[in-house]
Amino acid sequence: MSLWEYANPVKFMALSGRILPWTAWLSGISLVIGLVWGFFYTPDDFRQGSTVKIIYLHVPSALMAINVWMMMLVTSLVWIIRRHHVSALAAKAAAPIGVAMTLIALVTGAIWGQPMWGTWWAWDPRLTSFLILFLFYLGYIALWAAIEDNDTAADLTSILCLVGSVFAILSRYAVNFWNQGLHQGASLSLDTEKNVADVFYQPLLFCIAGFVLLFVALVLLRTRTEIRARRTSALFARERMG
Amino acid sequence: MMPDLGKYADAVLGAYAASIVLLIGIVVLSVWQSRRAKAALEEMEKRRNG
Repeated sequence: MSLWEYANPVKFMALSGRILPWTAWLSGISLVIGLVWGFFYTPDDFRQGSTVKIIYLHVPSALMAINVWMMMLVTSLVWIIRRHHVSALAAKAAAPIGVAMTLIALVTGAIWGQPMWGTWWAWDPRLTSFLILFLFYLGYIALWAAIEDNDTAADLTSILCLVGSVFAILSRYAVNFWNQGLHQGASLSLDTEKNVADVFYQPLLFCIAGFVLLFVALVLLRTRTEIRARRTSALFARERMG
Repeated sequence: MMPDLGKYADAVLGAYAASIVLLIGIVVLSVWQSRRAKAALEEMEKRRNG
């Protein structure tokens, strides 16, 4: 069995229909555990006070904002190279979820920044690259909406996705590239240094799992919607011709 | 029981409220679009077969 079999819309619909309820439920459970644990049962930070509780929304949403674009990049490349329609539709389906994630990261960051930095916004490398990533998401959605021919829209949005990937990567590594600005380094990294105390880290892991699973559930649901809409358009066109 | 959020209560509650509204918004929008697309396809297939 090959992964490419799921580029077939019928097989994709069958598999996604089975996976979707599980991911939706697991996402809900993880989010409830993580957010309730983090909000009600973690102490205040000695420096940030209760604003540390914003970490449970800000870090997972920022992580997803970048990774949703990376998923769109992979599926766009699959479209460009192999011309599988399901992959182009999956990229299209993911973009509004990316918008929501980026907006949550920007809003929670601004709300946290006001009491901690004394400002809602600063033209810091990470914040600025995140804002540009948000604008790329909007541009990507607008481009899909503006072009009538689906294949042409998929081609052009895939190219836009390639260009926008620069800002997705910059959003992640801007702090390392330019050692300046207000934003601190990554809260989570694969190096051995621990940046978040265990008492905050454990509920944070549940929240991250919840956001990842929510994205999987939503992208499956939205891709199924796109496949159905494409099928309806094809049948409608056939009806008009006949 | 509501934890004591001290002087940052507005900021913390504001961040949670905004995030929950956005999360519920994208879920509701996705489910609504999914139902609409499913109904439209079923209608089209019924018309085609019937």
